[in-house]
Amino acid sequence: MNIDSKTPMEDLTPGGDIYEAGNAREFKTGDWRSTKPIYLSEKCKQCGLCFPVCPDDAIPVGKDQKRTDFNYDYCKGCGVCAKVCPFGAIAME
Amino acid sequence: MAYNLKQVVAEKPSRFTAGHRMCAGCGAPPVARMVLRALKPEDHAVISVATGCMEVSTFIYPYTAWTDSFIHTAFECAGANASGAEAAYKALKRKGKIPEDQTTKFIAFGGDGGTYDIGLQSLSGAMERGHDMVYVCYDNGAYMNTGIQRSSATPRFADTTTSPAGKVIPGKMQNRKDLANIIANHHIPYVAQTIAVNNFKDLYEKSEKAIYTEGPAFLNVLAPCPRGWGYNTEDLMKINKLAVETCYWPLFEVVDGKYTVNYKPKNKLPIEEFLRPQKRFKHMFKPGNEWMIEEFQKEVDRRWEELLNLEEITNKEQE
Repeated sequence: MNIDSKTPMEDLTPGGDIYEAGNAREFKTGDWRSTKPIYLSEKCKQCGLCFPVCPDDAIPVGKDQKRTDFNYDYCKGCGVCAKVCPFGAIAME
Repeated sequence: MAYNLKQVVAEKPSRFTAGHRMCAGCGAPPVARMVLRALKPEDHAVISVATGCMEVSTFIYPYTAWTDSFIHTAFECAGANASGAEAAYKALKRKGKIPEDQTTKFIAFGGDGGTYDIGLQSLSGAMERGHDMVYVCYDNGAYMNTGIQRSSATPRFADTTTSPAGKVIPGKMQNRKDLANIIANHHIPYVAQTIAVNNFKDLYEKSEKAIYTEGPAFLNVLAPCPRGWGYNTEDLMKINKLAVETCYWPLFEVVDGKYTVNYKPKNKLPIEEFLRPQKRFKHMFKPGNEWMIEEFQKEVDRRWEELLNLEEITNKEQE
């Protein structure tokens, strides 16, 4: 949606309705991050403990049920994933 | 089908997207996402959220983090909204205005402020009227959105901005309300208390049961708040685990009045383990304040015993 703080009132959607589903994806929260998780794929055993705990859905999981590198567009750097990893495959820096 | 976390995550779409503005490390988004993953991918959902962190930070105009229909409502209305939408849906279906083969589920989310306190009457009404809906309370134990004011879900002795621990009072002076039992006493088909631990099996299975049980259902989920509780942000899952292992947050479900305690720890940990990492309980560890921990432990034990008794009593009657 092309609406920001300068959009005149007449151009807003009636009732403040939002017609696009899940368009928060356009809003990148990655710039909140102060520490950054690094994915060490050689240590990763694909156990699956890290992806459900991510509050920001920043760990992509493919149809093959395997995770790939972080989506830094959204990762806020909370470090929850690094803490739950039993294999030390996520380093925080 | 047995629960397989990787399969669930890989095959079911995330209905709660990235790009929401909850704090880093918040305990609520993983809960909301997992609850919605319990929906069948082909089913629609109408979601109504009571005012709270989850509402104001996931639905900031012109962005929504929900891929389903969403009603941005007032503090006390989540229950009423979902029940009204459900009644309208039933009427439209009866008149043939919605295709027979299309299913829509109604889910309300509320924080503890919007559920335990302000939204209690609309929740109670919705449950009593028997709407086919699920109400999910994500309990973070205070009004976190407005700056950590005590709610009726805040445990005793917790330090909040409206119950500051100091020379005059020892933090919050009252015990917390037991909402899951209050709703269980509405005698609705399904009530459960759960939390996101280990591989989220408990949370997922209970959500699935709640959503696909005909009639009203209620889920009470603990969702730690790093800001309000004062633990290290990355310890989210550790805190969840400790809440279960100390029996502070027992996992149980009530199906048609029958209680089942889903997890009984072999070695029940002392409550200090759960309290120590949290700054809101820091004053309890000062010399001279040992009585607070004792009192807290007594209350946890009392409730745990009560729950075990309830399980025994309600299952005996059926035999």
